[in-house]
Amino acid sequence: MTNESPIFELVVLSGKGGTGKTSVTASLAALAGAPTLVDCDVDASNLELLLSPRLQERTAFTSGQRATIDPEKCTGCGRCEELCRFGAISATGPVNSHGSATCRVDPPACEGCGVCARFCPAQAITLHPSDGGAWFVSETRFGPLVHARLRPGQGNSGKLATLVRDHARKLARASARPLMLIDGPPGVGCPVMASITGATRVLAVTEPTPSGLHDLERVLALARHFRIPAWVCVNKSDLNEELTAQIERRATESGATVAGRIPYDSAVTAAQRQGVPVVEYGDSLAAQALAQLWKTLSATLG
Amino acid sequence: MKLAIASGKGGTGKTTVATNLAVTLAGLGQTVTYVDCDAEAPNGHLFLNPTLSEERRADRLVPRLDPERCTHCGACAEFCQFNAIAALPARTLIYEELCHSCGGCARVCPSGAITETTQPMGVIRLGEAGPVHFVSGTLDVGVATSPPVIRVAKQAAPPADWTILDAPPGTSCPMIETVRDCDYLVLVTEPTPFGLHDLALALEVAQSLSVPCGVVINRAQPGQSETHALCRQAGVPILAEIPDDIAIARAYSHGRLASEALPALRTVFARLADRLTAELYARA
Repeated sequence: MTNESPIFELVVLSGKGGTGKTSVTASLAALAGAPTLVDCDVDASNLELLLSPRLQERTAFTSGQRATIDPEKCTGCGRCEELCRFGAISATGPVNSHGSATCRVDPPACEGCGVCARFCPAQAITLHPSDGGAWFVSETRFGPLVHARLRPGQGNSGKLATLVRDHARKLARASARPLMLIDGPPGVGCPVMASITGATRVLAVTEPTPSGLHDLERVLALARHFRIPAWVCVNKSDLNEELTAQIERRATESGATVAGRIPYDSAVTAAQRQGVPVVEYGDSLAAQALAQLWKTLSATLG
Repeated sequence: MKLAIASGKGGTGKTTVATNLAVTLAGLGQTVTYVDCDAEAPNGHLFLNPTLSEERRADRLVPRLDPERCTHCGACAEFCQFNAIAALPARTLIYEELCHSCGGCARVCPSGAITETTQPMGVIRLGEAGPVHFVSGTLDVGVATSPPVIRVAKQAAPPADWTILDAPPGTSCPMIETVRDCDYLVLVTEPTPFGLHDLALALEVAQSLSVPCGVVINRAQPGQSETHALCRQAGVPILAEIPDDIAIARAYSHGRLASEALPALRTVFARLADRLTAELYARA
C-alpha cells in the first residue's frame, strides 16, 4: 500500500480503429480480477458501454483557450488575420456601430495560442477558457474505471488522456491493485502518446487486412520509440489466415511477441448489444480465445 | 465540391466509402481528388494503389533558442499556452513535442533570442490512381500532432469537381481540421452500440460546425432500426446502406476495392454518388 508498489500498466492499442481494442479490454477486465480500468479514447469512449459503470465523481475539463473579438473595439486592421498561423481569423465580422468592418474568429480552427490577443493594436481580442467536457471516476463490477468525454469538436485530447491515466495511476497505487488496463485511442498521435507514456507494456490488437498490418507497424514503431515492449494479437484472424501469419511474422521480426489470435465470432457483437464483455456472454470461440490470450499475458504479469 | 468522409468510431468503413466513391465518381466522368487525411493511420493507398509522382517532406516551425542572447526572463514561457517552454532561473527549456507552431514566443522575446526553425513532421505524397488524383499526408511516428500535416495535405490537393477527404476517426482536432471547411459531411457508421454512440458524437460536431451531413450505414443488417431512429431524430438523411456481407470483409482483407470485387456493390456506390450529387446541388 505504498507509492512504491509496482503497477503493471497494460495499454491496448491498434493504430487502425475498429479492430477490437475495447472488446478485448473489457474481456481482459473480466478475466483479470481487480484491475484498475482506464479509457484513454477520450473522444469516442466505448468501454463504459460494456462495463455498466456507476458514476462516482465528475470533474470538468477545460480544453484550452479560444479567442473572441469584440466587434465594437475591432478596427478591422487585419493584423490578427495576418499573425494567425491556423487560418482561424478572417475579415468577415459584422460592421460595427462606428461603421468599421471587423474580423471574426472561426472557433473550431482557433488553437488558443493567444498571439492575436497579444498583438491586437486595438486590444479587441480576449481569450476565454473552452469547455472541453469532463472526466469521471466510476465503479464497475471488475474495479474502478476512470474515463472521460471530450466535448465533440474540442482539442487537447492528449491532455485529457493524460489526466485520466494519471488519476487512475493514483487510484491503483492507493488501492494496491497491481494491474492497470488502459483502453487506448486509435492512431499514433497525441492521445496515443499520452496513453503509452510510462506504460509497462503494449497490447496491439490488429486484424488481418492490409490496413491492419500497415497501421500495426506504425504503432509498433511508436512502442519502440518509447522503448515499451509489445504484444500482438490478431483479431478476426480467420478472415485471412495467410495475412494473419504474415502479420505475426512481421510482428516477431520487429521485436514484438505474438500473444494470440481471436477468430471472427458474431458473439462479440451480440455481447456488445447486451452491454457485457464477450467472455461473460456464454461460451463462444471468441471467449475461449480471449481466455487463452489472458493466460498467455498473465504468465508474464506474474 | 469538397466532401469529407468521417465517422466518430474507427473501423466503420470510412476508407471503404471514400475510395469506392472516388472511383465511382471518376467513372461517371467527374474529376476527383482523393485526399487521405487520416495522417496517423493512412490506408487509402492500399486500396487505390496510386502511381506516385511526388513525395515531399512536410515541415513545421518550432522555436530555437540562442543561449547567448537569452536572459531567462521567462516572457516566452509565460506567453506559451501549451507549456512547451519552461523558464528556470538559469535555463530555458523548449519541449518541441508540445509546441503548436504559433510563433508567439519568438514575437514576445524581448532580446531576440528565439528564432523559428523547421522540423520534419510528415510526408505528403501525390500521384494518380487511374483517373483519380491521389494525395496523402502521413505523420512521422513520434510526432504528436497531425492537424498541421492534414492542413498541408489539403492545400496540396489539385482542384477537381469532387475533393474527397478521408478523415481520421474521433471527434477531436484531427477530425475537425479535416472536416471544418467541407461542403458536405458523410458520416459512416455501423449498427452496433459503439457505432451508434460515436455517430451521435459525430452528429454533434456536424451541428456545431454547421456543416450539412448525411449518414452511410455499413454492415447494415435487417431489423437494426436504432441508427434510423437516431438519424430521423437528428433530421439527417441516410444516404446508403452497405450490406453486412463477409465477402466485402474478405475483399477488403485482400486489399481489393469492394465495388470492383463485388459487382453488386457498384449499384450501391452509384446510387450514393447520385444521392450526394442531388444533396449538394439542392443546396448550391
